[in-house]
Amino acid sequence: MSVAIPTSVGEVVDLLSRNPQATLLAGGTDLMVEVNLHGRRPADVVALNRVSELRSWSVDSSRRTITIGSGVPYAEMETGELARLLPALAEAARTVGSPQIRAAGTLGGNLGTCSPAGDGLPVLAALDAVIDVVGPNGARQIRFADFMVGVKRNALQPSEFVRSVTLPLVEGWQGYAKVGTRNAMVIATASVCLVRTNDRVAVALGAVGPTIIRATDAETWLAANHTMSSRPNTDTLAEFARLVRDASRPIDDHRSTAAYRRHAVGVLAQRLLTRSYS
Amino acid sequence: MNVSVVSPPRSGTLGTNASRPDGVAKVQGGFAFSSDMWAENMLWGATLRSPHPFARIVSIDVSAAWKINGVEVIVTADDVPGLNAYGLIVQDQPVFAKVGDLVRYSGEPIAAVAADHPETCKRALEAIKVEYEVFNPVVDPEECIAGRAPEIHPHGNVYRHQRIVTGDLSVEGDVVVEGDYEIGMQDQAFLGLEAALAIPDSGGDGVELYIATQWLHEDRKQIAACLGLPEEKVRLVLGGVGGAFGAREDISLQVHTCLLALRTGRPVRIAYGREESFYGHVHRHPARIWMRHHATRDGRIVKIESRMVFDGGAYCSTSPAVLINGITHTQGPYKCDNAVVDGYAVRTNNPPCGAMRGFGVVQACYAHESQMDKLAAACGIDPVEIRLLNAMETGDKLITGQVVNSVAPVEECIRATAAIPLPPDLESDPDFRDIPGGSGRTADRSHIRRGIGWGVSIKNLMYSEGFDDYSTARCRISNGVVSVKFATAEVGQGFVMLAQQIARTVLGVDEVLLDTIDTQVGSAGSTSASRQTWMSGGAVNAACVAVRDKVLAHVAQYHDMDVANLAVDGTDIVDTRGSFRVAVADVISHLDIDETAEYHHPPTEDLDENGQGNCHVAFAFVAHRAVVDVDPELGLVKVVQVATAQDVGRVLNPLSCVGQVEGGIAQGLGLAVMEEIVVTNGKVRNPSFTDYLLPTFLDAPDVEAVFIEEFEPKSPLGAKGVGEPPCISVTPAIANAIRNATGRELPRVPIRPYDVCL
Ligand SMILES: Cc1cc2nc3c(=O)[nH]c(=O)nc-3n(C[C@H](O)[C@H](O)[C@H](O)COP(=O)(O)OP(=O)(O)OC[C@H]3O[C@@H](n4cnc5c(N)ncnc54)[C@H](O)[C@@H]3O)c2cc1C
Repeated sequence: MSVAIPTSVGEVVDLLSRNPQATLLAGGTDLMVEVNLHGRRPADVVALNRVSELRSWSVDSSRRTITIGSGVPYAEMETGELARLLPALAEAARTVGSPQIRAAGTLGGNLGTCSPAGDGLPVLAALDAVIDVVGPNGARQIRFADFMVGVKRNALQPSEFVRSVTLPLVEGWQGYAKVGTRNAMVIATASVCLVRTNDRVAVALGAVGPTIIRATDAETWLAANHTMSSRPNTDTLAEFARLVRDASRPIDDHRSTAAYRRHAVGVLAQRLLTRSYS
Repeated sequence: MNVSVVSPPRSGTLGTNASRPDGVAKVQGGFAFSSDMWAENMLWGATLRSPHPFARIVSIDVSAAWKINGVEVIVTADDVPGLNAYGLIVQDQPVFAKVGDLVRYSGEPIAAVAADHPETCKRALEAIKVEYEVFNPVVDPEECIAGRAPEIHPHGNVYRHQRIVTGDLSVEGDVVVEGDYEIGMQDQAFLGLEAALAIPDSGGDGVELYIATQWLHEDRKQIAACLGLPEEKVRLVLGGVGGAFGAREDISLQVHTCLLALRTGRPVRIAYGREESFYGHVHRHPARIWMRHHATRDGRIVKIESRMVFDGGAYCSTSPAVLINGITHTQGPYKCDNAVVDGYAVRTNNPPCGAMRGFGVVQACYAHESQMDKLAAACGIDPVEIRLLNAMETGDKLITGQVVNSVAPVEECIRATAAIPLPPDLESDPDFRDIPGGSGRTADRSHIRRGIGWGVSIKNLMYSEGFDDYSTARCRISNGVVSVKFATAEVGQGFVMLAQQIARTVLGVDEVLLDTIDTQVGSAGSTSASRQTWMSGGAVNAACVAVRDKVLAHVAQYHDMDVANLAVDGTDIVDTRGSFRVAVADVISHLDIDETAEYHHPPTEDLDENGQGNCHVAFAFVAHRAVVDVDPELGLVKVVQVATAQDVGRVLNPLSCVGQVEGGIAQGLGLAVMEEIVVTNGKVRNPSFTDYLLPTFLDAPDVEAVFIEEFEPKSPLGAKGVGEPPCISVTPAIANAIRNATGRELPRVPIRPYDVCL
């Protein structure tokens, strides 16, 4: 096994161009589980943690966007300026694993793995994030909705990798909530990210389908039937929750049941919407 | 002894927070656990396991594996020199499943390899070709009881059927409540995974095994039989044990490791990973229990009827004993004159089940404590009142006819628990970490309801049904140095510390060396059944007393005094009738004394066909009160506080007692709300800590513990075992609290979120 330790994005591009089969290593919190538990034996590894560009973030105030390097660990999103700018991402980051995992794990890795239970992903979906992907032929920008194409499948071509994620800085409220069978360090059985601006809400559902699901019917119905500046009444909340539930496509597995997951996203969406007014 | 101790106990003696000899190393990471062992020229071993829960092995082809560079040996059933079977009660479990024979659970060993590197082992296992004729697994215990399932094993599909019938069965209660309860399969989930290092004797006719186990001598007996060696040719040394909880009572990798070492003539080490560990050891029995309680209108229990079915999985292990523990504890810590109980432990193609902390009583207690709350509701009385009303006392007769002659402070446990202040109400805007859902931020204050629930239990101590599980210890003085030797498995409970406390107290010395824990001394019995403080504590105490008596005799002779007047007082020997005083250290500096003692508990009996007999040695009691915050709409739970008062006889080390109580409560909480091995059609679906969830720090409640100290005269140190009771009634206490908060019946643990809210 070879391990390359590049220090610039250009070097990463070179390494991947020469060896499209190489495995990227960011925080290793998914990859090392694959190696240690599932016997994966990558021939060549490209370690990203010395690439400082990937570990930084910046705000573009004219466009009102924020760009987060794919190698920024969750611990950095949980508190401080990043958390102030992106509260939903901070809340999602806080739910990931344990402090050790959050110190190492990254958004790039969450996108690389692309599990429907990945906690960063509903936030990217709800905020219509754009994924900045770099490859031998330069960079391209992929909307999150087009990036995640299935269970643990994404739109990356061989030799491509995620450089950063760009999110809008929205006026309004945003929040994330996740249900698991334990009060910390647990894989989501269902999760919801909700963003409310002055004229609409965006709702993204995690762990209830092969990809992150945007509850567009619920979003459209609410925008059409509810004045965002006022608190929703119980009927509105109930209908909103019903439409969110209907958007989900959950399965039964050893972690939970489809019925519970469906129920839970409805409850979470309703609670987040209520919370957005408190 | 006629010494009156006036000064507070000396540091490091009984009753103090003596520090543990292994404590600092464990906290700092310097302690060598079994998985850290290494020897010069060592090979690595690995085990091939069946993916199928029920199949016939048609053929095994190891030829491709042999060709892999670095593979030193491959062994199958044909290579087992002795008996190809082991087991704690009956030897029905093969070392390796044989060609032509059946594999009976998913994970059953078929072959083992030794090679120069773990990677080579992995490749070799992949290269072994096994052809199976696959059958539908038998997974429903009722099918086995009804005799409708195909026979899984020549010994049959029922491990044991036992009834308990007592009193007047025509009695009917004014109030009758019943329920069907289910308990899921819990894992012991020790952190220190199975690991062993076997070093063959140079002549190849013997082996030394470094092993993390609960009972060295029982292991040795079974290993020697499988290896076809006399027991003295198999020497066991305790490796560093990272927890046990019952999962190390049975043989797992012991025979495999020894066999590979003997065949290669080189040291061999096997270490399981977490997934293999789920296949490598037995689990807590899943059980289904029906119970019906009859009571007078004012809540006095007059009759209990019950049927219990324990799924023992593919091999016997301790299933018959677990069953007996379950059914003999049907009544819980309550008076009951009339009862009929029908109990089965059966064989299925599910993972083998055996010992786990609580040993059958956990299952029974979940049912009887659920029933007590139902009964309280039906009679319109408070759950605490109904428990006090029925509380057992010393001298009461169990449904087996056995009289409880242990100290039985059930009422005191309940009252002391009730006296512990309740936690404050939840704040108006609580931190997300303090409420159900925790870091997932699922709830706000308005979504949460608080519930309070109770659980009280009785637990037998030591082995039962005629078993003489004695313990041995040796105490020596040589050149002024006191040392103690025993084969008691230190699995994390702190016996190494207790042994030093005993020796310091009895002998009046400060320094006590501990000899290696191995089979070079008599058996200590198993570190299970809450028995080592009583049994090995009794043996160490007896050995130390024997040495002390010799020291006193020596002093008496030397100073021409009456030995009857001499006693150890602190670190001196004193004449209780005069002013003579001499330091123990000075007396023993030139003495050589060596005493070995055995401690046996009073004999017990088998049960007769009506389940009558004095089958248990002694009992301990505990009460738990759980305060739980529930989010009823999402079914999420946060256990806020567990208050407990436990009958311990006497506190020998306060810190250790608290440790057992807090750990046991966390384990019982796990069973209540999250810990379950999910098995579908004989296959484990969550063999990792990703999906087998253990409580984290955020899930663990505040524990408020009180110890009821009523000296147990039958116990050599006055102390009762403290290990198991904490995890028994806390599970139903939490379940009752969730019921109290939600009004749901919740007949099953672990309680899953969807059980609460859908
Ligand atoms: C104990 C534990 C708890 C966990 N809990 C959670 C949880 O609660 N929620 C959650 O969402 N996840 C959880 N995870 C999973 C994991 O931490 C996250 O998915 C994390 O985001 C992975 O990031 P990483 O940097 O460690 O990725 P790595 O393991 O380094 O990589 C993961 C995958 O992404 C690829 N990759 C890495 N960087 C890039 C890149 N820049 N471009 C393209 N591909 C890339 C890698 O090749 C690999 O295939 C947990 C993991 C563990 C071990």
